Amino acid sequence: MSGLNQSSSELGRPALQRLGLSRPGRALWIAAAVAGAAALLAGCGERPPVEPVQLGYRGTGMETVYNPRMVASLYEAQQLPSVTPAASPEGPRASEVYQNVKVLGNLSVGEFTRVMLAMTAWVAPPDQACSYCHGADMADESKYQYQTARKMLEMTLHTNAQWKSHVGSTGVTCYTCHAGRPVPQYAWYTAPPEQPNGLMATNAMQNRPELSVRLTSLPYDPFTPFLLDKQEIRMAGNTALPTGNRQSIKQTEWTYGLMMHFSNSLGVSCLYCHNSRAFANWEESPPQRTTAWHGIRMVRDLNVNYLLPLTDIQPKNQLGPTGDIAKINCSTCHRGVYKPLFGKGMLKDYPELSGAYPPAPPAPPADGAPVDGVPADAASGDAVPGSPQPGGEPPTTAQAKAPARLAQLPAN
Amino acid sequence: MLSFERKYRVRGGTLLGGDLFDFWVGPFYCGFFGVTTIFFSVLGTALILYGAAIGPTWNIWQINIAPPDLSYGLALAPLQDGGLWQMITICAIGAFVSWALREVEICRKLGMGYHVPFAFGVAIFAYVTLVVIRPLLLGAWGHGFPYGIFSHLDWVSNVGYQYLHFHYNPAHMLAVTFFFTTCFALALHGSLILATANPKRGGVVKGAEHENTFFRDAIGYSIGALGIHRLGLFLALNAGFWSAVCIVISGPFWTRGWADWWSWWLDLPIWS
Repeated sequence: MSGLNQSSSELGRPALQRLGLSRPGRALWIAAAVAGAAALLAGCGERPPVEPVQLGYRGTGMETVYNPRMVASLYEAQQLPSVTPAASPEGPRASEVYQNVKVLGNLSVGEFTRVMLAMTAWVAPPDQACSYCHGADMADESKYQYQTARKMLEMTLHTNAQWKSHVGSTGVTCYTCHAGRPVPQYAWYTAPPEQPNGLMATNAMQNRPELSVRLTSLPYDPFTPFLLDKQEIRMAGNTALPTGNRQSIKQTEWTYGLMMHFSNSLGVSCLYCHNSRAFANWEESPPQRTTAWHGIRMVRDLNVNYLLPLTDIQPKNQLGPTGDIAKINCSTCHRGVYKPLFGKGMLKDYPELSGAYPPAPPAPPADGAPVDGVPADAASGDAVPGSPQPGGEPPTTAQAKAPARLAQLPAN
Repeated sequence: MLSFERKYRVRGGTLLGGDLFDFWVGPFYCGFFGVTTIFFSVLGTALILYGAAIGPTWNIWQINIAPPDLSYGLALAPLQDGGLWQMITICAIGAFVSWALREVEICRKLGMGYHVPFAFGVAIFAYVTLVVIRPLLLGAWGHGFPYGIFSHLDWVSNVGYQYLHFHYNPAHMLAVTFFFTTCFALALHGSLILATANPKRGGVVKGAEHENTFFRDAIGYSIGALGIHRLGLFLALNAGFWSAVCIVISGPFWTRGWADWWSWWLDLPIWS
């Protein structure tokens, strides 16, 4: 009975006191803990409700979580400009009426003028308008903006015609990247090499939190090796044990730097394109990875064949620290969104820029004639979409289909 | 029954059930919560076996019972589409909480503090954070982790990559540090006890004076025989607590890569 009495008296004590938490001063500790937790959550700066999107089979953690308030401000910033009514395709061709028309000369005069006015709204500073590119003589080539614009038009036609594997039928227009600015908001220059300080080692071009790699310690210029040169991006071996894969941790960090840029540009996590249990495995990857694979090769093609040739005509203040021209990366078009302009392309409103306009006649093409309505001169560039590279080729379209059980992204 | 056990086998102290389940089975106390523990654990295990039976494999590593699709939100799902996971989760929480409350009853019988059920409660809290609190905050049961040996590891990997680099998560940093420090403290303490309890042949077992002297010589300080257990409890509970914090802030309170969070550090006026 003495045991019972003793335990009964113990039961009378408040629970907190039995935990040693009710002595004077302990309440202060609890208050401090609560305040600390509140400060931690406030420090995060985000709050529920959030909008998760399922990217794979249930329970695999294949999700991307969006903050609807941040998406709303992005969405607001990426509204399309107004579209002018379509012009008549009838009448004389632009190349017959105007002088020195080397691209889009096959459009009618009405269509050509409409595209020129659209370009003015999409690219040129409002106070300069036509004179941003043109001199008093509209055919005068002397302004560097004129030559740049012509090359960029060729690039747009080439992209829409030859890189459907990445841009699909949504396509691109000048507005996709420029969005009303003479120079697109997002572009990149090659980073100058670090100078060694005496006998000290260099920083190996990393460990400097740059926005290009999202403030991580990863190498901060992942663009030059992968989006200009053709360095190998794939690092993982094909076997569990080392059997000849010579890729190093250091090289892998460059790849991860590039991947940080991808995620930053598209506003997605790694899981938008990869299942992290097997990053390299195409069968377990969401189909978006195939689109990205083509995108890498598209950006390389455009940088090498359309941007680099313009380097010499740019004014010095437009060039980077190593004297290179501003170049394209994923952010240039995507600007933080998984599909540029949230997938609301303008190419359908401006089919003149599709690279396949006016539509080809139904007759079968003869030798040397345009294929699929694509002018032969628009098919330049050494990279051929769909041609696989050793070690990293995506599956064919049939293989790339996600397993039926995979939930697809919503259309918007 | 051991000679001293009779002293502690006292009636009373139950939270529920009065005297009804206040008995022992061999050395084990029953209690109302012992009955509910048995009920939930048997039912939950049976449901796991059922889930394995209707699943594609009996490979112990690959058996997987996944939560529902996010489209079910916070509703109940059909058994084969995640409903099993929901039932098993209820059983798991029922069994864990029953066990903790049974520990409370035993504490009350013994007239001792609630340290043991409190410590177990922190582990339960971490589990409940994963499968209840965070899914509630995110709006769907589908955010819980799947029940399977490999599948839950794949889930952990993917959820980490949802935030690009989980090692930049400040609460994850704390949790990992507490886990490692727990192991470090246990290694120091365990080796000390083994050393004092295993003298040379013919020697006598050493006591607290030797223990304290060893650490005062080695690092200038000995926390003491009681203190090391308080420290161990503090470290272990913090490891579990910050684990729960690091996952509950990922998603509901932070949707970006965790490296982004550290911009305040880069913006400190000291160097920016």
